[in-house]
Amino acid sequence: MSHIWIMIAKRLGLGVVTLFVVSLIIFLGTELLPGDFAQEILGQAATPETVAALRERLGLNDPMHIRYINWLTDIARGELGVSLANGQSVSDLIGRRLGNTLLLALYAAAIAVPLSLMLGILAALFRNSFFDRFANASALTSISFPEFFVAYILIFFLAGAGGVFPSISNFRTDPSFDEFLYRAFLPALTLTLVVTAHMMRMTRAAIINLLASPYIEMARLKGMSPMRIIVKHALPNALAPIINVIALNLAYLITGVVVVEVVFVYPGLGQLMVDSVAARDMPVVQGVALVFAAAYVLLNLTADVLATLSNPRLVHRR
Amino acid sequence: MGFLTGLFWLAAVIVGAMAAGWVFRTAVIAVSPHGVAREFRTMPLTAGFGLLMIVIYVLVAVFAPAIAPFSETAIVGREYQAWDNVHLLGTDNLGRDMLSRLIYGARNTVGIAFATTALAFILGSVLGLLAAVVGGWLDQLLSRMVDVLMAIPALIFALLLLTIVGTSVINMILVIAVIDATRVYRLARAVAMNIVVMDYVEAAKLRGEGLWRLITREILPNALAPLVAEFGLRFCFVFLTISALSFLGLGIQPPTADWGSMVRDNATLISFGDITPLLPAGAIALLTVSVNFVVDWQLHRASGLRE
Amino acid sequence: MTETNKDVLLSMKGLRIEGRADEEWTEIVKGIDLTLHKGEVLGLIGESGAGKSTIGLAAMGFARDGCRITGGEITFDGIDLRAASERERRGLRGKRIAYVAQSAAASFNPAHKLIDQYAEAPVRHHVMSRSEAEHDAVDLYRRMQLPNPEEIGFRYPHQVSGGQLQRAMTAMAMSCRPDLIIFDEPTTALDVTTQIEVLAAIRDIVEQFDTAAIYITHDLAVVAQMADRIKVLLRGEEVEEADTRIMLDAPTQDYTKSLWAVRSFTRPTQPPVEKGVTPVVSVRNVTAAYGVIDVLTNISFDIHARRTVAVVGESGSGKSTTARVITGLLPPRRGEILFNGEALPPDYRRRTREQLRQAQMIYQMADTALNPKLRIRDLIGRPAQMYLGLQGKALEDRIKDLLSLIELEPGEYIDRVPSELSGGQKQRIGIARALAAEPQFIICDEVTSALDQLVAEGILKLLDRLQGEFDLAYMFITHDLATVRAIADEVVVMKEGLVIEAGPKLEVFQPPHDPYTELLLSSVPEMDPDWLTHLLEERDAGRAGADVEPAGH
Repeated sequence: MSHIWIMIAKRLGLGVVTLFVVSLIIFLGTELLPGDFAQEILGQAATPETVAALRERLGLNDPMHIRYINWLTDIARGELGVSLANGQSVSDLIGRRLGNTLLLALYAAAIAVPLSLMLGILAALFRNSFFDRFANASALTSISFPEFFVAYILIFFLAGAGGVFPSISNFRTDPSFDEFLYRAFLPALTLTLVVTAHMMRMTRAAIINLLASPYIEMARLKGMSPMRIIVKHALPNALAPIINVIALNLAYLITGVVVVEVVFVYPGLGQLMVDSVAARDMPVVQGVALVFAAAYVLLNLTADVLATLSNPRLVHRR
Repeated sequence: MGFLTGLFWLAAVIVGAMAAGWVFRTAVIAVSPHGVAREFRTMPLTAGFGLLMIVIYVLVAVFAPAIAPFSETAIVGREYQAWDNVHLLGTDNLGRDMLSRLIYGARNTVGIAFATTALAFILGSVLGLLAAVVGGWLDQLLSRMVDVLMAIPALIFALLLLTIVGTSVINMILVIAVIDATRVYRLARAVAMNIVVMDYVEAAKLRGEGLWRLITREILPNALAPLVAEFGLRFCFVFLTISALSFLGLGIQPPTADWGSMVRDNATLISFGDITPLLPAGAIALLTVSVNFVVDWQLHRASGLRE
Repeated sequence: MTETNKDVLLSMKGLRIEGRADEEWTEIVKGIDLTLHKGEVLGLIGESGAGKSTIGLAAMGFARDGCRITGGEITFDGIDLRAASERERRGLRGKRIAYVAQSAAASFNPAHKLIDQYAEAPVRHHVMSRSEAEHDAVDLYRRMQLPNPEEIGFRYPHQVSGGQLQRAMTAMAMSCRPDLIIFDEPTTALDVTTQIEVLAAIRDIVEQFDTAAIYITHDLAVVAQMADRIKVLLRGEEVEEADTRIMLDAPTQDYTKSLWAVRSFTRPTQPPVEKGVTPVVSVRNVTAAYGVIDVLTNISFDIHARRTVAVVGESGSGKSTTARVITGLLPPRRGEILFNGEALPPDYRRRTREQLRQAQMIYQMADTALNPKLRIRDLIGRPAQMYLGLQGKALEDRIKDLLSLIELEPGEYIDRVPSELSGGQKQRIGIARALAAEPQFIICDEVTSALDQLVAEGILKLLDRLQGEFDLAYMFITHDLATVRAIADEVVVMKEGLVIEAGPKLEVFQPPHDPYTELLLSSVPEMDPDWLTHLLEERDAGRAGADVEPAGH
């Protein structure tokens, strides 16, 4: 078993390196920013003296690698700097909204993952039937829709005039759990519709890919039922691609919420990022991008490790 | 009742779309030469419909000035005018003709997405093929770079880069093309890798063929089918990304007519039960669905999995 | 319509099966009758496309995806399999009719342990409980002479070697003690020395449990060992059927006779090479490695003009690696390759165009050796254009000459693409491409092993003729000793990266042998139905390579 831990350790190391490089890209991005960062903060009206003073205070006069190391140690201490727009601490801004975004992602995932796995397995079982074709065409259609289209269609039918759900999920105070489920229903449903289609198609494809394998024919020739063949013989071998697809979509749920949050005015990270990009509020954009990238890397890492553990060829060596 | 009516309309739309697909397929088979007609005979109705729609979009984009009743940017009426005989789809938040902007939007949105995809594709596939054929340190270098770039979620990366370089159409095209080229690179390299191990490539190498001939004669012709399908998929992705950026106000800038920003500008009408702002969103959806249907057919054909 | 004869287990009458290709249904089994009695073994033999596997599966009431049974009757022990419901048929499969597939490595589910797959049928068909099945498995594994029968079931398929997996699969088929087992080419994917063990184990267990079997193969010598009766098939139709001994001694149909005669081709013995003649190719003390693992150790042999050197060995012996070293794809760690006495640069990228031209290669799989997007004109025209500078009319004429040389009508084939050719024709194009460079030396890497016997025969004869016409030196890589007997002048026997024995064919094939050569030679099945019995007796007595480890263990 030790070799598998070595493999996982290597993968973890690679993840850390990736995060490191990502932080480097994000940091260098700021360096490439045209114009003077301090000037940018203070605006055109600032005197050269105040600009110089701010440069000194922000440590902008230090060499680049010193500033990078300082920036990195600050991050390690949870210090992401100060927003240019309103002077608030970036860590505080993110902290408040990260929970909301994760909660929304979790809400959507709790519906989407079981639903899509089930639909994918059923579509594989009844492949080429009317159900399969219908499910496939609908999935293809819903993948093709821009998220805001799905969102506005849902608002059109389920909110607005005579609608049941609120079209705006903007809650200021901490809502109760029921309140949250009710208020965040439409954004969660939008996300669910978008990711379910993709996961279902990939689950179906992963299983169907295997159905031509000799060991599936062998199982059929041993007199096993179609359901058992899919669940017992195909599914365990399709785990790796399915895990990857789930991870990809979970990552999408966290990072791809931007548009959905804007439509529903949901107080999450995506909303914050869009506002900050428009205002060119660099410290906030940096911070949010770093959080998103970390979540993304972490999810892919988990998926890789799980996929490795699901493969008996890698776990039990000769 | 509302549910049943909805269901009825849905069924009507599906039947109508399939009928259009069938008519189009029959027409194509009738006018094309024998060999080509054979290919189309196996085309599913969904793909027929998709192809028809793509043709219509291209025609609208090319002849936009001739078709559009009003100018793209002129204010011709009051704000949020309802549908009437003059302004068939009413007017937008500034009083510009909605239908005309929809038509010009085909030109702007689709054109920019197409240019971006083409750029991403040239960049990604050239590097991907090179990496697969040359191998060694070049492959290592490019692949590791792409790994890192792909470890950052696409939309977030685009937002980050746009903050740095500023929002403009050219910047957006470049940023999205670079991000998407990484995905194209992955696929092109994987496809080419499968071909490079073939005996006929080994035979060509042992014959002493140069790099250029190896790529253009031995590898590219055999990699074309998956790459073309990938072009379709990439186009959809780029198109949706650009629309999303425009919707967020960070993409194509006013007063250029663009479907994403049209949705954003007129979104308030939806809460009042007016579907006009859904039209540009629907136009985006319809094109991506169409391209996806055609790509699905092509992938199906390429994989040799009939039925 | 029930059979009056109580002993009949399976009967097929006028069986018709269609297969779909390019949206069209074509008949692949055209009215086959078949009768199998209890405890009897019927051999189904034929070349690819004969429909033998399809018929075997139909005996289980099963048709692959893209196939459908369209006519005739299939009766198993009084049950009409075509009329039975799918549920009834499922109840028979694995329980009363079992199946052993060609590739055990692919037919075992990689996600489950052997024992779980063994127990699946008995438990699901309610024949025995899980613990009884586990107990029973050990017994069957022991009878199949598997090492460590107690614990081998708890391994995953990838942890067990090919020959052992094939035996484990036979044990699995036996798990419910079926009345009938379909063996679909069970030893085709195995090396000859491993094949013996599996054949012996299968024959034993079928006898012990008095199980009826349908044994499907393309190898006459193998079926002669296993079957009581043989049925010969050709393109979905029966050619003839008779008891094994009668069939072997006195086939009545021309097609059968031609199959039997295939192994008779031999090329006349060449005079020994004169001393002092420089060989075309000389492999000198070559040691080569992939990464850090040596796959070739100190290999040396010579190849002379107009001579064929056969390099023989089982999988993993390093014969293909030797070819990669000679062509320069894998530069050796030590040693060198001499061409007409001069050392070649180790890496093909540093060789001159002239050096590359002189050594050509023909591949095993013509499918992957020809660019599917190029026309024949370009495939074989390119070397002539590149090396000899032919253009326009001269090039066109040369291509036509080459096509005539390989016995293909130039006008008909010159503008085709590879997918419009048969397997044998593709291999001929591969030969023409090599000839187009006008080389002195050609490496033939298993060129006939993917082809049917009659087609392979044609290729061997063609290669033989071309050698005489163009003074070619051949290096012939093969695992098939029958091919070696047919065409070799000299033989190099390899095992695990070492040359075990090398010399003129007659010397190597005459006793006394090196023990491994002995094992290899004695393991090649012969057309004599008693061959396996005799061989096993010999080995029990400690002869015929009895104490040598087969390759790959």
